Amino acid sequence: MKRRLAFALAAVMSFSLLAGCSSSGTTSAAGSSAGSQAASEQPAADGGNVVKIGVFEPVTGENGGGGFQEVLGIRYANQLFPTVEIGGTEYTVELVEVDNKSDKTEAVTAAQSLVSSGVSIVLGSYGSGVSIAAGPIFEENSIPAIGVSCTNPQVTAGNDWYFRVCFIDPFQGTVMANFATQEGAKTAAIITQLGDDYSSGLGNYFKKAFAEANGEASIVAEEQFQTNQTDFKAILTNIKSANPDVIFAPSSITTAPLLIQQARELGITSTIMAGDTWENQTIIDNAGENAEGVCISTFFDENDTSNPAAGEFVTGFKEFLNANPDYLNRNGGDGVAAVSALGYDAYLTALEALKAAGSTDTTAIRDAIGSVQVTGVTGNITFGENGDANKDMAYIKTVEDGAFKFLKTVTLN
Amino acid sequence: MSFSTLIQHCLTGISLGGAYALIAIGYTMVYGILRLINFAHGEIFMMAGYFMIFSMASFPWPISVTITIAGTILLGVAIERAAYKPLRSAPRMSIMISAIGVSYLLQNLATYLFSALPQSYPEIPILKKIFQIGAVSASLVTFITPVLTILLVYALVMLINHSKIGMAMRAVSKDFETSALMGIKINNVISMTFVIGSFLAAVGSILYFTDRMSVTPFSGTLPGLKCFVAAVFGGIGSIPGAVVGGFVIGVCETALVALGYSTFSDAFTFVLLIVMLLFRPTGLFGEKNIDKV
Repeated sequence: MKRRLAFALAAVMSFSLLAGCSSSGTTSAAGSSAGSQAASEQPAADGGNVVKIGVFEPVTGENGGGGFQEVLGIRYANQLFPTVEIGGTEYTVELVEVDNKSDKTEAVTAAQSLVSSGVSIVLGSYGSGVSIAAGPIFEENSIPAIGVSCTNPQVTAGNDWYFRVCFIDPFQGTVMANFATQEGAKTAAIITQLGDDYSSGLGNYFKKAFAEANGEASIVAEEQFQTNQTDFKAILTNIKSANPDVIFAPSSITTAPLLIQQARELGITSTIMAGDTWENQTIIDNAGENAEGVCISTFFDENDTSNPAAGEFVTGFKEFLNANPDYLNRNGGDGVAAVSALGYDAYLTALEALKAAGSTDTTAIRDAIGSVQVTGVTGNITFGENGDANKDMAYIKTVEDGAFKFLKTVTLN
Repeated sequence: MSFSTLIQHCLTGISLGGAYALIAIGYTMVYGILRLINFAHGEIFMMAGYFMIFSMASFPWPISVTITIAGTILLGVAIERAAYKPLRSAPRMSIMISAIGVSYLLQNLATYLFSALPQSYPEIPILKKIFQIGAVSASLVTFITPVLTILLVYALVMLINHSKIGMAMRAVSKDFETSALMGIKINNVISMTFVIGSFLAAVGSILYFTDRMSVTPFSGTLPGLKCFVAAVFGGIGSIPGAVVGGFVIGVCETALVALGYSTFSDAFTFVLLIVMLLFRPTGLFGEKNIDKV
């Protein structure tokens, strides 16, 4: 009996070992299949002219949902433009995807693995913390990186090798503070996540801009919570007693529905606002009716008709999503997320930089990025002195009838 | 801080404490009978969360609750049969290591089966109904948790003090070998302990997650550790002690966050453990253990 049990337990253990292997096996297979797919379209018969572009994104962990949407934008762009002409020679683009797992330690390992696989340029990441952590690795190894939706200023500050195609938090924080003021808010409460660069950074810029417009006393409460915390009742009770007009809570997609629901449960009626991360259908799905009225700022709106490039992208991207049930499922429907559009733009920017550089030498590519001009789907992209894209417009959206509805654009000078 | 804010904080703290108390009883009962700290208890609690998610996908809530409770009890007893029973005559350390092993096995199995992404917990409409009294507002589950905890503990104490199986449990916890000699079926008593512990963990899990609405494979780790501290604080082996410990930790944690020290709310629990072990190792209600030579 004992022996049989021991055998059964051993079987369970070896099964779980195998399980571990097979799950890691599939991820690497997915990565290599993306690569081999790119390679098979243009076989390496012409002397093996392949240029590798690293995709540095979280597809698991706290930011796994949004990170994958960014990867989808990049994959779609790669499908449309699988080759690039560098210095008169046709190169096939190979995407090397790594998962930084939304974790700063894992991010460093993931960045190192990109370096050792010999990529010429890196795209990513979703989430500022992981980008800041990986920045020095790219810098030391002289590999240029183009941030997709990492909005914290520190990503590019002091790092000559990091660029980005999105707007930055001082801009976003000011936009939301101005918007709140325009809507008649006199007092605000701020909730941020301890140790998260995106959340605390954006919260700070909002605070500064709001206090400038409405006086120091207008910030009535400031609360912090820990990563993976699921119970926000105590901090929300404090906020309730301060009774602010708006609550600004930049945080991750997983935190958002919990925060919204618990706030409404406690009878808080203030408008809840956040940054770009909250533009994700799963938040509305999980928070249900309570999500109505939530306001966010973002990079892109799929119904914006002023930009012809955007219209074309939206139609094509929807087809791309609908052709693959797995993509559709993980994207939460065929809505076009702003981060997917940014991922697409980042890929185009990388191709332009490769063309402009005329070689696959990483220093030449870096020098070329600063001067490229791209007509992207999120607007025209040129780079300023820090390597940040010159962007002066944000889209404000609100949740209405279970969907994000475009409210207005805000421009700052 | 206004009066209604204070009441609101108390409500949150007591409700959290109630859920902690239910889990802490599981630790304390297993310890009382087997002298084993069942480290897998937090994971049983987490698995109960997943059982609820999957049963709610296809059944109405009363049936799902029944399935969840039954599934959790089965899991608890199965763990006891597979991982603890064969080690009954082994040194106490081996069985504890086995418990730690089961804990990691369940965590990783859950990661493999359900992925590490948080799953949203289904809503039981009645429990989520929002009540408003003056400026204080909370969902029904917040009010129900402490009441249900007290009722269940009362029923449990009655069961232990006034039933045959309860008498057997008390006898086994006093002296394992003598009670076996007196004709008590040890294995049945131990199974019953795991049935009760898992049942309370399942109820605690439903109350806890209904309020917090997301489950990951690691959701059980921290609550599990805190409830273990609650059990030690109250005096491990003592049921009223575990309940008091659960409430104390729930209320103190909420109070710390309310006062603006959210950074230290987790650290506090473990400082409490260290202080308790230094100054009163037997806990609030624990009996001094006299070793008979």
